[in-house]
Amino acid sequence: MAKRSAPEVNAGSMADIAFLLLIFFLVTTTIEVDSGISRKLPPIEDVEDPPIIKQKNIFTVLINKDDLLLVEDEIMDIKDLRAAAVAFLDNGGGAGEEGCDYCRGRRDPSSSDNPDKAIISLQNDRFTSYKAYIAVQNELVAAYTELREREAQRLFGKSFVQMEIDAKDGSNYTGDKEKLKEQIEQVKLLFPQKLSEAEPKK
Amino acid sequence: MSKFRKKKGGDLPAISTASLPDIVFMLLFFFMVATVMRQNSMKVKQELPVASQLEKLDKKDRIIYIYAGKPSDRYQSTFGQEARLQLGDKFADIKDIKRYIEEERAKKNEQLIPFLTTSLKVDKETNMGLISDIKQELRKVEAYKINYTTRKATEDAQVFDNMN
Repeated sequence: MAKRSAPEVNAGSMADIAFLLLIFFLVTTTIEVDSGISRKLPPIEDVEDPPIIKQKNIFTVLINKDDLLLVEDEIMDIKDLRAAAVAFLDNGGGAGEEGCDYCRGRRDPSSSDNPDKAIISLQNDRFTSYKAYIAVQNELVAAYTELREREAQRLFGKSFVQMEIDAKDGSNYTGDKEKLKEQIEQVKLLFPQKLSEAEPKK
Repeated sequence: MSKFRKKKGGDLPAISTASLPDIVFMLLFFFMVATVMRQNSMKVKQELPVASQLEKLDKKDRIIYIYAGKPSDRYQSTFGQEARLQLGDKFADIKDIKRYIEEERAKKNEQLIPFLTTSLKVDKETNMGLISDIKQELRKVEAYKINYTTRKATEDAQVFDNMN
């Protein structure tokens, strides 16, 4: 008697089909999380009498149409912008009430009084390129981050950047999240981001 | 002796590929789940500038995208070389932003509206004039939260290169 084997469905091509689908999804997949520099625009409102701000508390940054940088009326290279902004914010030149006990700057009376009063004013031309604008924004944000990082290390012995990551997506964070948020606010308050943007010149 | 000789005879057994489909299917499901199909086809050039101080954007359902840049090569004959705005999948004018934002807001859950962020995806060679106009329009519709979407720079030198 002939030996009969049970018929078996050939599954050999299953892998091919699955591969085909796999390749399709591989090609169409974009696993990217968009990221960028977040900003908040000011509301449109007519301020009746704008507060008077001392000239020494304003750090002017100008980008012209050829993407050249003018900082405090002097031509500057983008490489030096971060250090200059840090020096300005961290100056703490004010006396008494207006002083700043955590600043480690030069305490130059002709520069900013304290970080709360220090304002960075950014102005650009209509023909400034977007990439130059982003580079400058990046450096200014970096200056704030650098100072906040220092304060976070001093007060809580933690990295500010890490604290922010933990607060936002704290899947691996075991501590108290509310407390963490409070600490972040505390650090932010020491160096509040005061970046003013003027309408570009025509 | 025969005890040891036994094994020698047979051919190398074929490796079973029966589990190969399972492995491939597993990968397939992963990519199927992770895939986000591009919603809009790009009509403008999108070479984003680089920056290092990045914040991750919120979830996709809380973002309204605005694209700007020079029209891509195949549209340049009809729309010219001047930087243009793209809202959704159409070219648009500055004054269309207001309507677009309102339309997008109407599509979203009402509770999300205060958390909506406008992501500006702008080509790096665009003039700031256009971006200022966009920002001005956004202020008019009270969409204050914006994000300049950029690529991540691995080192500072890349950011400094932007200035030339």
